[in-house]
Amino acid sequence: MAGELNSLADVKFPDVSPVNPHVRSSELDSTLDRRCFLKCAVMAGAACTLDAFAQPLTAILPWSGASAQSDSQFVVEARFYEKLQTKKIKCKLCPRECTVGDRERGYCGVRENRGGTYYSLVHSRVCTAHIDPIEKKPLFHYLPGSLAFSLATAGCNVNCKFCQNWDISQVRPEQVRADYAPPKTVAELAKQYGCPTIAYTYSEPVIFSEFLMDTADAGHAAGVRSVVVSNGYMQQKSLQAAYGKMDAVKIDLKSFSESYYRDVVCGELKPVLDSLVTLRKMAKWTEIVYLVVPTLNDSDAEFRGLAGWIKTNVGADVPLHFTRFHPEYLLKNLPPTPVPTLGRAKAIADAEGLHYVYIGNVPGHPAENTYCPKCRKLLVERMGLTTSQMLIQKNSCPFCKHPIPGIWHA
Amino acid sequence: MRRDEGTTRRDFLRTCITGTAVLSVSSGGALLDAAEQTSALAKSKVVVARDPVLRGAASTVDSQRVLKLLDQAMQTLFGADHPAESWKKMVRPGERVGLKVNALGGRAFSSNLQLVEAICERLQEAGIKARDIIIFDRDTEELERSGFHISTEGNRIQCFGTDQLGYEDDLVTYGSVGSRLSKILSRNCDVLINLPVLKDHDGAGVSMALKNMYGVIHNPNKYHPNGCNPYIADVNMLPDIRTKMRLTICDATTATYEGGPGYKPQYSWKNNALIVSPDPVALDYVGWQMIERKRAEKGLKTLEAEKRAPLYIATAADAQHRLGTNDPKRIAVVEV
Repeated sequence: MAGELNSLADVKFPDVSPVNPHVRSSELDSTLDRRCFLKCAVMAGAACTLDAFAQPLTAILPWSGASAQSDSQFVVEARFYEKLQTKKIKCKLCPRECTVGDRERGYCGVRENRGGTYYSLVHSRVCTAHIDPIEKKPLFHYLPGSLAFSLATAGCNVNCKFCQNWDISQVRPEQVRADYAPPKTVAELAKQYGCPTIAYTYSEPVIFSEFLMDTADAGHAAGVRSVVVSNGYMQQKSLQAAYGKMDAVKIDLKSFSESYYRDVVCGELKPVLDSLVTLRKMAKWTEIVYLVVPTLNDSDAEFRGLAGWIKTNVGADVPLHFTRFHPEYLLKNLPPTPVPTLGRAKAIADAEGLHYVYIGNVPGHPAENTYCPKCRKLLVERMGLTTSQMLIQKNSCPFCKHPIPGIWHA
Repeated sequence: MRRDEGTTRRDFLRTCITGTAVLSVSSGGALLDAAEQTSALAKSKVVVARDPVLRGAASTVDSQRVLKLLDQAMQTLFGADHPAESWKKMVRPGERVGLKVNALGGRAFSSNLQLVEAICERLQEAGIKARDIIIFDRDTEELERSGFHISTEGNRIQCFGTDQLGYEDDLVTYGSVGSRLSKILSRNCDVLINLPVLKDHDGAGVSMALKNMYGVIHNPNKYHPNGCNPYIADVNMLPDIRTKMRLTICDATTATYEGGPGYKPQYSWKNNALIVSPDPVALDYVGWQMIERKRAEKGLKTLEAEKRAPLYIATAADAQHRLGTNDPKRIAVVEV
């Protein structure tokens, strides 16, 4: 998954200075006046101070480094697979349906066939954990201003060429340091740190579904909610079982073209669209992020097709976030997304009739705020990763009483 | 006028004109003839050495017989009269030599221990110090499970998995591949000798020299779709692999023709052979044909009919990769 970082200490703020060789000052001038520019700079500074929230794993998990962990404590039988002849198995977690021989692993690298039984190797195997603002996921219509106890294990079921977290998503669990953090402990820590929500994020939670499901149960028992940040590349049965336990879902819809999914993501578009429709039928609160990559998925036609599909199939009230790309991993040859491109995407989606279209990874941009689609008044003001003003009352606009969809209050 | 090492301007121009003249002759056929002659000379030699009684009366490979078989193969490959002579043509004293075994199949179906011991013996006779020989694969536990004795210090032969040293932090990329390399290969080896096992493979079709390099990258699981094509070829283009691999000695003493890559005794046969070549593509092609012959003998369909022909072998030979040849006319198979 892309779009999030391991810690705020790693946050790369958007290049808003004219000295950035990839962004022409004329491009900036077209959207950011002097006031906006200064505001962005202030926001960037403010976001830096948020580093206090982003405590590293060693600070959050008191048992870190205490002793070498045995691999066996992370191994549980997988829940979504079927046994085949000659000790082979077929994984039923994601559409890839890996057929895996004895002592081999699936594409994700975190599930292994041992003697004809398929195992997850990452249950409770937390390789990164942070306390993040919920806005960082981003979830804008879910408990604004609250904190999320955010965690990940190693592994992913796709291989996006732009992945910002490839050093944990594209490795096997034994190649990255991890701590034993069983579900009950995660739930207790979330409470202890004042987080009303546990967020499964950073790498790709699809591949640690068993851990996610058990932790969500433990969290709910302790009064802590769960949200997931996912690529949505799942089989429908596993999606219903695992994400049915979530209180909100953010899906990275990485493009609206199959060729992009094949060439850049190493996945498929259709199953992700199916997941969005399924989540809609499940009445699960869902927000969509679309990372805009210059030249690869930034055409007017693609933006229009995307927005039209969302309106028709999941509704105009689903928030859509157009976020800014930064060169990473295997896509270092492209420049960061020009801010006007994001503005163009938003304008097209607005024109198609979507009610809540945001621009992300551009701190201080006015399109980070929530406005009432009826009276156009400001309802939630955001500054970088923090919410500075939240006016929604009883799930409605306080000015015109228009209902504003989301989970606004604990 | 100042002269550069005796070359005058006139000499330089004369050389250029002569070169142009030679190039123009090539369209007339003279260079074509030369090229054909060169290609005939440049055939990739693949030695298949067999010993029907490699195991004697026992079920395990006999140490002395496998040493003799290795000598036969190496001397045939290098045209040497003495075993050490052939190894001296491949390694030099002071070089650090990595032996990349395949330890995924446990004791029954990993690179043969007696064969690896024989190689170590000959390397030392060629002047390589014991401590400069590293037997490695991905995981130390897998090596132990396959019967290798783990050794990480002293003046002895080293044997451990990449898990002990880790992978490089930086990615190396080629084509469809972006991976981190084993530090054993990138930092501790000057020369790589590839020691795969002759296997059927449900994804790739077959697994030998080229596929064995999945064991030196951190993310092999990402490169199994589409019959591992073009991923296997791309992995072998990574500079440390391409430049350090000098020889492949494929353990074909026990091989599988179906059900791989895991060991299925019912689909295995005692082949009692070694396949040796500096050209990993030619070796894989020859090994593939060996597996196809066994499949035909057992009444099984060809890998192509099963839609799992090892297309990556042709990719490795194509103009973008040029890792060797898969053209049977350019492969000299020598049976001993």
